[in-house]
Amino acid sequence: MKSLEDLKKIREAAQNKMTMRLDDDQKYRVVVGMATCGIAAGARPVLNTIVEEVAKNKLPVTVLQTGCIGMCTLEPIVEVFDKDDHKTTYVLVDSKKAKEIVFHHLINDDVVEDYTVGKYKK
Amino acid sequence: MDCGGNVMDELALNILDIAYNSIRAHANFIMIQIVDSVQDNVIKIKIQDNGDGMSEDELNKVTDPFFTTRTTRKVGLGIPLLKQNAELTGGYFHIDSQKGVGTVVQTQFVKNHIDTPIMGNIIETMTTLIQANENINYEFEYKTDDIHFLMNTKDMKDILGDVKITEPEVIMWLKDYMKEGLSQ
Repeated sequence: MKSLEDLKKIREAAQNKMTMRLDDDQKYRVVVGMATCGIAAGARPVLNTIVEEVAKNKLPVTVLQTGCIGMCTLEPIVEVFDKDDHKTTYVLVDSKKAKEIVFHHLINDDVVEDYTVGKYKK
Repeated sequence: MDCGGNVMDELALNILDIAYNSIRAHANFIMIQIVDSVQDNVIKIKIQDNGDGMSEDELNKVTDPFFTTRTTRKVGLGIPLLKQNAELTGGYFHIDSQKGVGTVVQTQFVKNHIDTPIMGNIIETMTTLIQANENINYEFEYKTDDIHFLMNTKDMKDILGDVKITEPEVIMWLKDYMKEGLSQ
């Protein structure tokens, strides 16, 4: 049975991790478009999948939400920023693609070219 | 696939969409109450915020499918479609707002009506909202004929201290906590 007391343990664990993070810094920033267009196209499970994978794999990644990215027909859209603020835009993402993006890009630093907006427009 | 033209086939997705309006209106407190009763044959949803609120003029336009305060998109179909859908089932949709005070959205569906959408994944809706902004507090209440679940993120933040409620590990815990609470 879960209780709010569990949060104390999470706090202690997270505090330890945060002191480590100061040295390490976050490696990637992931931004998911969550406007009406994104939600209707399936952005909610995409966001939740990414949060879950980041938690499971304890990745040094920040997950953020934003409004309309301006390419509604290509939603759900996921933007990945590296430490130098270099952006990769993934389009028409679903939960399955999100898992692949986490594995290849966020864990192994390999851009999944097939799902990028550049590939889509070709 | 047109922007906003998709059907939101879950009530939970509509709740997410409406609560984002509260976030855009700079609310830092959002209350979401759901009553889902077979006995009374209703699904009632109330979403209340302390955001900017709207003038009477804006309020009148908000259920109009061709109005949006956003500039990134020409039409806002979230609220008008929900209203139409609720009324179609014999329910209702009300929105009240006051500038500087906040907005209250209340909608009711006849539960066994064929056009009433499924509730869908309300847990993911809540974790998504909580993940959106660490500075917003949520009160969430879910009542069925057998369950009464009440959750207040303020209580959780008090325990978490300087650890953000938006940390992925906390969000995962929240998911399990709600799953347990909603399946009592």
